[in-house]
Amino acid sequence: MTAVTAGDRPAGERGARGLVELVFRARELSLVAAIAVLVLVTAAVNPNFLSGQGVKDIFLNTSILALLAVGQSLVVITRNIDLSVGSVVGLVAFSVGKFLAADPGGRGVVVALVFGVAIGAACGLLNGLLVSFCRVPALVVTLGTLYVIQGLDHYIAHGQQINAVDLPQALLNLGNEGVLGVPYLPIITVAVMLAVGYYLRSYPSGRDFYAIGSSPEAARLAGVPVRRRVLAAYLFSGALAGLAGVLWLARFGTVVADSARGWELLVVSAVVVGGVAIVGGVGTVYGAVLGALLLTTIGSALVVLKVNSFWQQALTGALLLLAITVDRVLAVRVTRLLRRRSVRHGA
Amino acid sequence: MNDPGEVEAPRGPASGTAPPVLALRQVSKSFGAVRALRGVSLELFAGEAHALAGENGAGKSTLVKTLTGVHRPDEGEVLLDGRPVEFDGPAAAQEAGVAVIYQEPTLFPDLSVEENIFMGRQPRARFGRIDRRTVRREATELFRRLGVALDPARPARGLSIADQQLVEIAKALSREARVLIMDEPTAALSGNEVARLFSVVEALREHGCAVLFISHRLDEIFELCRSVTTLRDGAWVASEHISGLTPDDLVRRMVGRHLDTLYPKQETTPGEVALTVSRLTREGVFTDISFEVRRGEIVALAGLVGAGRSEVARAIFGVDRWDAGSVEVGGRRLPAGSPAAAMAAGLALVPEDRRQQGLVMDLSIERNIALTGLRSVRRGPVVSRAAERDRARDWATRLQLKFTRLGDAVNVLSGGNQQKVVLAKWLATDPAVLIVDEPTRGIDIGTKAEVHRLLSELAGRGIAVLMISSDLPEVLGMADRVLVMHEGRLTAEIARELATEESVMTAATGRAPEAAA
Repeated sequence: MTAVTAGDRPAGERGARGLVELVFRARELSLVAAIAVLVLVTAAVNPNFLSGQGVKDIFLNTSILALLAVGQSLVVITRNIDLSVGSVVGLVAFSVGKFLAADPGGRGVVVALVFGVAIGAACGLLNGLLVSFCRVPALVVTLGTLYVIQGLDHYIAHGQQINAVDLPQALLNLGNEGVLGVPYLPIITVAVMLAVGYYLRSYPSGRDFYAIGSSPEAARLAGVPVRRRVLAAYLFSGALAGLAGVLWLARFGTVVADSARGWELLVVSAVVVGGVAIVGGVGTVYGAVLGALLLTTIGSALVVLKVNSFWQQALTGALLLLAITVDRVLAVRVTRLLRRRSVRHGA
Repeated sequence: MNDPGEVEAPRGPASGTAPPVLALRQVSKSFGAVRALRGVSLELFAGEAHALAGENGAGKSTLVKTLTGVHRPDEGEVLLDGRPVEFDGPAAAQEAGVAVIYQEPTLFPDLSVEENIFMGRQPRARFGRIDRRTVRREATELFRRLGVALDPARPARGLSIADQQLVEIAKALSREARVLIMDEPTAALSGNEVARLFSVVEALREHGCAVLFISHRLDEIFELCRSVTTLRDGAWVASEHISGLTPDDLVRRMVGRHLDTLYPKQETTPGEVALTVSRLTREGVFTDISFEVRRGEIVALAGLVGAGRSEVARAIFGVDRWDAGSVEVGGRRLPAGSPAAAMAAGLALVPEDRRQQGLVMDLSIERNIALTGLRSVRRGPVVSRAAERDRARDWATRLQLKFTRLGDAVNVLSGGNQQKVVLAKWLATDPAVLIVDEPTRGIDIGTKAEVHRLLSELAGRGIAVLMISSDLPEVLGMADRVLVMHEGRLTAEIARELATEESVMTAATGRAPEAAA
């Protein structure tokens, strides 16, 4: 390394940084571009796609998935995974529905939200304790709780279903009305996304999540409370799944025991497509939400284009593979570039 | 064992009247039956660079981990400014101003350099937010003080080891560390990088920082440090000023042991050449390695950790590829990068890390022994349990393995017995050439003698043995010839009669042989 003072920054270092930032921005930008192309093509074929109701539907459908993706991002950033979120949504949607239906007049939206978030948080706490303190691999733990919670859901449901007529109108309004034509659901999701995104970027404890995912060993040596943060990530993911469960109930009104069954994989796909590295340490909640939006838009577009729904799954899978491949290739390229840059400025 | 008496020892350099910033007093630490540190004392003074010398396994790393709160001493105390302290973790030691730079720094590759520096204690703005502007300014200022051009905003991924160490030093500086511990920081650096590191460390020391420096390169110790503490077998040997010492004095303090019946070496007459390695090179790892091993001969490959010995063994066995040169077993050339071909030619490798590479820890003893020879225990296409068991019983008896049932998982065995299982596994292939990498590391003294007896017997039966060992007495006690590696090259070949601890250590530390006593 030459004895340059840090005042006159070497151009190569500058370039390296710009490049890395560009790569991360590029992920979000390319998602936006992909969504735009998809929307334009579909609208060209069938203009109904861009009708007020069509757009509203896409946002409503995205909201719940995106909310779960925000929670999942936090977990994945710490190099873990939460497969139980789909089951939690199902459990919360049904038990909150049952709870409200028992006394449709007296129990309001706030009580429902508190109840739902509490159930979700309890599930998250269980996951978090098992992963962070009992040191069981996250994949196994959350696969187990996926089935346990699903079983619990079926036990409570007993084959019954919750009907919209039994629910308080205020709750149904939450799922389908809005302010100034903008539905509540996307507003809630965007608010949560902005808050979490800001927290992760600007607070020391938020940076800890990235540190843990980037190098657990270094995090421990740097005095980061690794277990507490991992526990917090699961707690938060569970609580958001609880919120999503209440919103699911509000949106659809009629629920049976296995709402959101299989959604855990959709959520993980959204997160990975959104640029959160499955090995942790990298990614933003904005990307994850865009990933959710892209997956939902594909689903709606294929329906409008009258393509068999089988293709939706195949396309989601292909997108996932593409995202992971691009991540891998970019990571290798960027590392090589950074290394070359440091060598050039090294001794 | 405990014989630190032969070197007279002043009690640390008396630097004025201030108490040492950080000190160990009569510290002992055991891991199971292994006593890693026994009654070790050490004093670090402000503005002074102190070296820690000792062979591999002398307890240096344990000592560092005790100073930095990773281990807690079983006996004795850690003193900070003359007062006893108990660090209940690495964070507590950092809080107290103790910073460590490891050989391989631990950074967050995905985060920026400045985030790495301030992780865990970022400057705050209003509402507890991270004050990014201050982070940037302070990081820039730190690098200016260190006189290095690193962009604080770039990610840590892709930084050279030398630059990563500078980030670690910047971290230490930002914590206003009063003690800087460097555990073999120069092992992976080039000459220029070492010079830059030293100038930075020198500046810190002048600022009043206490420095503890660990290196296998004696010239570096003499260049940087004013005083030195030597450890041997976990025991304290001496703490003294460096000015009165010669490199040979230091080597003698590090190795001064005597040999005994631990090494039952049989006299053998070497037969024809079994293994020929010529001009073997793997770029950046080892260069131009040539030697041969004859039937009935035990050849030791000595050198310091990181000299490239295990890498040579792995290349010979075909685990890693080589870039140039050739390997011949019994006159037939081996293809590069094929363990299967190496095994077929009669090579066997007992690897360094038996838990990771040598054994399947959860599998039973018999299964582990049978792994290398599944073909010979087959009945038709199916592995025969009975044949597997017979073979395991046979080898267990021959190696005097201590076990309850052959069906027990190997992870319930002691380290020494695990090592016997690995040996059995490879001996069952009836090798012509046996390569053993650190055959007795971490096993008790009794089993160690048995392993030595076994190696000697095998050589007696005409097997060519290549033994990699960091245990000097073992090398001297067992080998017919000693090859010494230093930084990826063979630096010496010493016949049994001429091999002494001094001559081997001299070659291993890369000093000219004529300087040996």
